[in-house]
Amino acid sequence: MTCRKRIRLSVSTAFLLAALVSQAEAPWTNRLSEADRRRSNPYAGQPEAIAAGSRLFADHCAKCHGEDALGRKKRPNLRSREVQTAADAELFWMLKNGNLRHGMPSWSSLPEEERWQLITYLKSLGEYQGNGHSGTEKEKANK
Amino acid sequence: MRPGRALVSLLISLWWAVLSYGQEPPYFVTYSHDLEEPGNLEIAVKSAQGTPKYGNFFIGETLELEYGAKGWWTTEAYLSGQHTSHDSTIFTGWRWENRFRPLFREHFINPVIYVEYENLNLADRSLLEVVGHDGVADMRLSNAQGRLETERSLEMKLILSSNVRGWNIAENFITEKDLNESEPWEFGYALGVSRPLALSASAHECTFCREHFAAGAELYGGLGDLNGFGLRATSHYFGPTIGFEIPRGPTVSFSPNFGLNDNSMGVIYRFKISYEIEQIFGRLHWSKP
Repeated sequence: MTCRKRIRLSVSTAFLLAALVSQAEAPWTNRLSEADRRRSNPYAGQPEAIAAGSRLFADHCAKCHGEDALGRKKRPNLRSREVQTAADAELFWMLKNGNLRHGMPSWSSLPEEERWQLITYLKSLGEYQGNGHSGTEKEKANK
Repeated sequence: MRPGRALVSLLISLWWAVLSYGQEPPYFVTYSHDLEEPGNLEIAVKSAQGTPKYGNFFIGETLELEYGAKGWWTTEAYLSGQHTSHDSTIFTGWRWENRFRPLFREHFINPVIYVEYENLNLADRSLLEVVGHDGVADMRLSNAQGRLETERSLEMKLILSSNVRGWNIAENFITEKDLNESEPWEFGYALGVSRPLALSASAHECTFCREHFAAGAELYGGLGDLNGFGLRATSHYFGPTIGFEIPRGPTVSFSPNFGLNDNSMGVIYRFKISYEIEQIFGRLHWSKP
């Protein structure tokens, strides 16, 4: 391999890595495709779906995000402005893909209907910043 | 199988359930791309029972400890033993398994890389996979003969799995190499399909709602080895499978697997009981004053 080819290969590899890293670190709401964004929640605002979503939340989410959804330790507050103002389609994308690098598993094994029910419940909770985003800090504040 | 033996086996499994309970898809041999949630520990007991032609009834029991190390990495340890009628009850060995998701997003087909080290003697009856020329003759080996030889082997799988409209479809391609003998690489496969009986959750608390049940089917078998790849002198099984997730309790699964050729056992009855302990290390940490 000639020196010029090596330089070209190094530069293109560096660009590729930089693109991958920037993609990985971009806000998750930037990663949705147009098709993902067009999805709409068939259960939005339905009381039955909120009740079902509440049960699903207790079974699958409360262990990490807390029963009040305000987060625990490094697990985020799901009543934060960022989550509560996110579109249902964006939350659906997050539930489907997870964030495996940072510990959020993919919930693609849950049927789509159940994921929409969960989102309907989450949105029904409303915004609450609490005292920071972690349960630990919240506990300190309560004491 | 005698009803008394089945009852004893069921009672053993239920006894384990008191100690351990969990949430699991209904597959016994096939793996999907669902990994354990980070920080969760799942404890499961798997049982495979059957009576090989011209052989004695056996129960192969496996204790499984599955831990979600990362969102993309699950690690598991297995301890196996078996009881054979008119023979003895013995410990047959252990396995250490790791599963990795190389792609961090959900795709139409999701690959998982599986790597396992096995240290099992030839009396093992856990039947967690079928590879090479495994067949009914292996099940007739007495425990005294089987425990004389321990196989240390490396097993790798390529797991491909999709979740589509509530269905899970999974394909596993298996290869295994005995490390302490100059045996050729062996191959096998497992295919699974399953679906929850209801796709949406009900608004009210219920134990026997359809959403807590999942049903499916599995097909698995050997594909020979490097010296003779194909279906000749291999064994194959097919069976329906059903799982029941008791709300906030154990998940119980059952599957009868029917042998598809003369080299297979007639029927293998499989039971599984599992329970997930959520955020096990966090739980210990939070309990400190």
